[in-house]
Amino acid sequence: MSAADQQSLPSAPPAFGIDRPKAALICFAVAIALTIAQYTGLLPAFLHRLPESLIPPFADWLDVIFEFVKEDLGLLAFTRFLTEGLEWVLDVTGNLLFGRRRWPYLGPIPWSAIAAAVAVLGYWLGGWRMALLAGGTFLWTALVGQWEIAMQTMSVLVVAAPMAFVIGLSLGITAWKYPAFENAIKPILAVLQTLPFFTYLLPAVIFFKVGPTAGAVATVVYAIPPMILMTILGLQKVSPEVVEAGKMSGCTRLQMLRHVYIPSARTEILVGVNQVIMLCLAMVVLTAFIGMPGLGATLLQFMGSFRLGRSFEIGVTIVLIAVALDRMSKAWVAKQPEHFEKGTPWWQQHRYALIGLSAFVLFYVLAQFIPYLNEIGRRQSLSMGREIDGVMRTFLALDWVTAITGGLRAFLNNNVFIPFRNFLLSIPTPALILLIVAFGLWLAGRKQAMLAGLFFSLVALSGWWDRAVITLYSVLAAVILATLIGLPIAILAARNEKSARRVLLACDTAQTFPSFVYLLPAIMLFGITDIAVIFSILIFATVPLVRYTIEGLRTVPPEITEAADMAGATRLQKLLKVQIPLAFPTMAVGFNQAIMFAFFMVIIAAFIGTQDLGQELQRTLAGTNLGTNFVLGICVSLMALSFDLIIMKWASDRKRVLGLGG
Amino acid sequence: MSTGTAPVISCKNAWKIFGADPKGYLKTLSEGRSFEEIRADGYIAGVRDVSLDVHKGEMLVIMGLSGSGKSTLVRCFSRLHEITGGTIEVEGTDIGSLPERELIELRRSKMGMVFQSFGLLPHRTVLENVAFPLEMRGQDKHARRDRAMEVIKLVGLEGREEYFPRELSGGQQQRVGIARSLAIEPDIWFLDEPFSALDPLIRREMQDEFLRLQEMLGKTIVFITHDFDEALRLADRIAIMKDGAVEQCDTPDQIVLNPATEYVRKFTEDIDKARVVHARVLVEAGATAEGLAIDGAASVHDMAKMLITDPRDAFPVTENGVALGAMPKAKALDVLLDQR
Repeated sequence: MSAADQQSLPSAPPAFGIDRPKAALICFAVAIALTIAQYTGLLPAFLHRLPESLIPPFADWLDVIFEFVKEDLGLLAFTRFLTEGLEWVLDVTGNLLFGRRRWPYLGPIPWSAIAAAVAVLGYWLGGWRMALLAGGTFLWTALVGQWEIAMQTMSVLVVAAPMAFVIGLSLGITAWKYPAFENAIKPILAVLQTLPFFTYLLPAVIFFKVGPTAGAVATVVYAIPPMILMTILGLQKVSPEVVEAGKMSGCTRLQMLRHVYIPSARTEILVGVNQVIMLCLAMVVLTAFIGMPGLGATLLQFMGSFRLGRSFEIGVTIVLIAVALDRMSKAWVAKQPEHFEKGTPWWQQHRYALIGLSAFVLFYVLAQFIPYLNEIGRRQSLSMGREIDGVMRTFLALDWVTAITGGLRAFLNNNVFIPFRNFLLSIPTPALILLIVAFGLWLAGRKQAMLAGLFFSLVALSGWWDRAVITLYSVLAAVILATLIGLPIAILAARNEKSARRVLLACDTAQTFPSFVYLLPAIMLFGITDIAVIFSILIFATVPLVRYTIEGLRTVPPEITEAADMAGATRLQKLLKVQIPLAFPTMAVGFNQAIMFAFFMVIIAAFIGTQDLGQELQRTLAGTNLGTNFVLGICVSLMALSFDLIIMKWASDRKRVLGLGG
Repeated sequence: MSTGTAPVISCKNAWKIFGADPKGYLKTLSEGRSFEEIRADGYIAGVRDVSLDVHKGEMLVIMGLSGSGKSTLVRCFSRLHEITGGTIEVEGTDIGSLPERELIELRRSKMGMVFQSFGLLPHRTVLENVAFPLEMRGQDKHARRDRAMEVIKLVGLEGREEYFPRELSGGQQQRVGIARSLAIEPDIWFLDEPFSALDPLIRREMQDEFLRLQEMLGKTIVFITHDFDEALRLADRIAIMKDGAVEQCDTPDQIVLNPATEYVRKFTEDIDKARVVHARVLVEAGATAEGLAIDGAASVHDMAKMLITDPRDAFPVTENGVALGAMPKAKALDVLLDQR
C-alpha cells in the first residue's frame, strides 16, 4: 500500500545470507555442472535417474485407498444409487431430443420445432443476428444430417450444465459464507483446473457406469470450478451500501441471500454460467474417449479412419454450436431488464415467450405432415463429406503440398524437435528440478520456487519421469513456437484499434471452440504424426498468447505513449522501451495460459499417438487402473501448477511495481 | 426540543474500534489515548467515547470531514456495526443485547435509512425497491403496492414506478432511496450524506424537498453531512466529529457563538454568523425592554436593518406568544459586524 511496501517488494529480505537472484544462480550452476558431468560420463547413474527400487508404489497405495472408499465406505453403492436418478433424467432428455426408447416415449421432437424456438430465443437475446446464428446452427446441423448425434451430445449437455451450475453456485455460496471452507477448496480447485481430463473420465466410468451417465458426471465435475470462483467473486463484490440497505429493510439472513446478494451478483454469476456451458460442451465432446455417443465419438471415429471431409463437417457443427451457445449466454449476461409502461397487457409483456411457443407448436404440427421437417435422414442430407474427402485427399497428394508438409516435417523433426527432446531427456533428474527451482527463484519467490521443486520431485518419485519430460518437451516446444508466431501477429494487430478488435474477436471465438476441434487442422495437414501433435498444441496455445498480448499493449495508458511520442521515440523505440515493458505482466498471463492450454492439449493429442503421460493415461482408460490413472493425472497437474504458480506470482509482482493494480 | 420525555436514542460512552482484537484492546486502553496513538497500536478508532442523546422529533446533524467517524457512529445507532464498548439505547432498549430476530423486527418497524450512493437494488423496479422493506416483513402484495405508491407520490416520482434504477438520474434515484426508507413509516430516520453524490443545484432542491417532508412527518432524524452549510440549514442541533470523537454537540447558534474547541472555531470561521444566530439566543433573561417585540426565530441578518435604524438599546423578544426577555442591541450588532 504505502511507498515503503512497494520498495521492499521486489527483493524479499534475504535468508541464509543469500538473496534470491544469487540463489537462483547457484541452483542454475549446480544444474549445469550435473549435466556436464552426465555428458562426460562422470555422473553416477543414480543421480541421472532415480533407481527403480527407490520409487514408492504410489499407484498401489492409491488403489488400496480407492478400494477402501469404494467398497468399505460404500461409496460405490451410493454412486450407483445416484446413477439411477441421473440415468432417469438422461433418458428423458434422450427420449425428447433423439428418440431414445425410454419414458416418456414422446420424442424425438422434430428438428424444425427446436430450431424455430431457438431462433426466437436468439432474437429475444440479441436481435436478428443472434436469431440467425442460433437458428442457422440448428438448421445446418439438421441439413448435413448430424441432427441425431448432435442431440445425443445436447441431451447430456442440458442435464450437466444446470447440475454444474447448481452445485457450483451452492459451493460458491458456502465458500463465501465460510472463509475456512474457501481456504480449503481453493487449492483443490487449482488442482482440478489443471488435472488432465482423462483423470476425470476414469473415476466417472468406475463409479457411474459407462455411457451417458459417466459422461455427464465427468462433465459436471469438470465445469464446477469456474462457477464456484465466479460466485465467490460476485458475492464479494456486492456494494456494502446495498448490503446495508438490505439489512435496514429488515432482511433475515435467507432473505439477504435471496433478494439482495444473489440478484446483485447477477452479472458474475451469469458469466459463470457462460463458462459452465462452454466447459460442459468441451467436456461432453471429449467423453467420446469413454464411449459416450455423440458428436465427439463420431468425430473420433472419422478422424481415426482419416475421413477428413466428414470430420470437417462435424468440426464445423461443433464450432457453430459452441459459438452460438457462447454468444447467446453472453447476450444474456449483458441483457438488462426493461420496464413496461403501466397497463401493458400480459401477452405483450411475454411476447417473445409466446412467439417462441407458437413457432414450436407450429413446426411440431407441420412436421407431422411434412416428413422433411421432422427428420432428415443420411441419404436426404446435404452433406458434402465424401466430396470434401476427395478434395482434401487430392490436395494433400499434390506434389508441392506433400513437398511442403513433408519437408517441414523432416526439417523440424530432425533439426529441432528430436534434438530438443533428446537434450531434455539427457538432463539428469536433479539437474532439471534445480533448473525449475532456479526459474522460480529468479522470477517469483522463495515459496513458489520451493513448491515447484517439491512438485517436480514428486513427479520424479512417481516413476514416470521420462514420460513426464516428453510431455514437458511437447508443451515447451509448442509454446515457444506459439510465442514466435503469436507475438508478431499480436504486435501488428495492436497497431490500430480496428485490427486489434478484429483479432481479439477472432481469438475470443477461437477460445470457445472445444479443444478437440483443434486436432482437425493438424491431422489434415500433417496426418497422424508427431508433428501434428505439436501443431495442434501450437494453434491452441497461440490463441491466448495473441489475445493477452493485444490486451496488454492496448491497456498501456495513452498519456504514456503520448509522452513517448513527444519524447521523439520512433515506433520501434516506443514499442520496445515503453509499450512492451508495460504490457509484459499481462503478456505473462497470456503466456501462462498458453502453457496451461498446452498441458491440456498435449493429453488430447495422445489420440494421435504420443509417448508421453497422455498416452499412458489413455491406456488406463481401457482398464480399471484407477491408481495409475491418478498418479499420471497428478503428475501433469503438478507440472502445470508449478508454471502457474511461478508465472502468476511474477505477473502480479510486476503489476504492483508498475502501479498497474493487480 | 427538550420536551422532558426520555430520548429516542441514547448513546453512552460508545466505542467502535477496528482491528484484530478490538474488545481486548479496549479493556487495556488507558484514559485519554489519542486517535494517533491508537493507530500506532494497530487499531482504528471509528467512534471514540461518544455520548449523546437524540430527542423525539429532533433533527440532529452529525457533521465532520471524511474519516471523522460520522458514518460509523450512525451505523452503530442502527447496529449495522456492533459497538466495541459502551451502550446505545433506542427507546429505552439496549440494542446491543437484542437477539437477531428482535433487531430485525426493530428495523422493520422503527428505522429507515438513506444512503449516500443510494444502495438501490439494481434488479428491481422503483416500485419493487420501495416496497422491498414491506415485502421483507411479509406484507401482502396489494397492501405493499398501495403503500409504496403513496410514498412514491410523496417524493414526486409518480409515473416512474416501473422504471429500473439505472434509468433514473441521481436525484431521482435518491428520491427512491428516500421513499424506500419511509415506506415502513419509521419513527427514526437515518440519512447518511444523502445529498453528497448530487450536484449542487439538485442538492439544494432536495434539501428543500427534505425540509418539506420533515415539516409533514416530524420524524426523529439523524442526518450526516460533511457540508456545514447543509448542516446549518437543516439542523436543530449539530454534533461536530473529529477522529471518532464528538468535539461539540449544540444548536447551530451556540456552535457559531461559542465554539467549544479550536477545531470547531476553525470550522465556523467562514460562516456568515448573522444568518445562523437567532434572536432567542441573544436574550438576557430578566432584562426588560419597551416597544415592539421581535420574534425569537428571527436571525440577526433578518433584524439587520432594524438594528441600525431603531434607536432602542434593547428589544423585547417573544416566541410563540411567550416573552423570553430582552436582547441588548450591542450583542446583536457584535454578531452582525464582528464576523471574523
